[in-house]
Amino acid sequence: SAFLPMQVNAAADDVIAAFTGGAEVADGGVDLNAPEIAENGNTVPIEVGADGATAIMLIATGNPTPGVATFHFGKLAGAHVAATRIRLAGTQDVVAIAQMADGSFKRASANVKVTIGGCGG
Amino acid sequence: MADNVKPRVKVPRSASAGESVLLKTLISHPMESGQRKDSDGNPIPRSIINRFTCAFNGENVIDVTLEPAISTNPFIEFEAVVPEAGEFVFTWYDDDGSVYTETKAIEIG
Repeated sequence: SAFLPMQVNAAADDVIAAFTGGAEVADGGVDLNAPEIAENGNTVPIEVGADGATAIMLIATGNPTPGVATFHFGKLAGAHVAATRIRLAGTQDVVAIAQMADGSFKRASANVKVTIGGCGG
Repeated sequence: MADNVKPRVKVPRSASAGESVLLKTLISHPMESGQRKDSDGNPIPRSIINRFTCAFNGENVIDVTLEPAISTNPFIEFEAVVPEAGEFVFTWYDDDGSVYTETKAIEIG
């Protein structure tokens, strides 16, 4: 698939680089389920999954601190899928980066429109 | 220390040997992000659950790093393979040093 440049802030880039060690990240191969519209940014349901992933990092590119969570899958992980609920400060792209067993990285992103932001302040 | 911290987990009573089962976990916790200010304009210090783990009979299922962007009362849902009868151990690590655990047994059948 074509490489699509993403609008991410510098802090999000730093978080991604810390996870990947600066390695290339391929688009696709990661499932990221997020609502298109979240009325309440305080609790937005998110599900990520990637077959064969050893870890998946979730990033909220528009939050004051973009890191959200990193799921490390162990020997007894079932499907390499996890779901949680997150805070989004406003409308933004949520990004999932999967580290695969062979050391490569894959990515998916989803835009979430947020009606009421969820980071206080 | 955060008040009224209470872990809750949902685990099936039984599974077939080798089956992958869905586990749901939640812990009541304010997950104070460190981004908010009180009515006097002073920052409210960060106080969150920063790590969650699940193991089955001592073998790791999932190990999660949580940041302040995880919602109040952190909810995590995932799947585990159940090779034999045994016990899940769920552990939550608080910024303040507190560690909360919950255990659930599962049978084969």
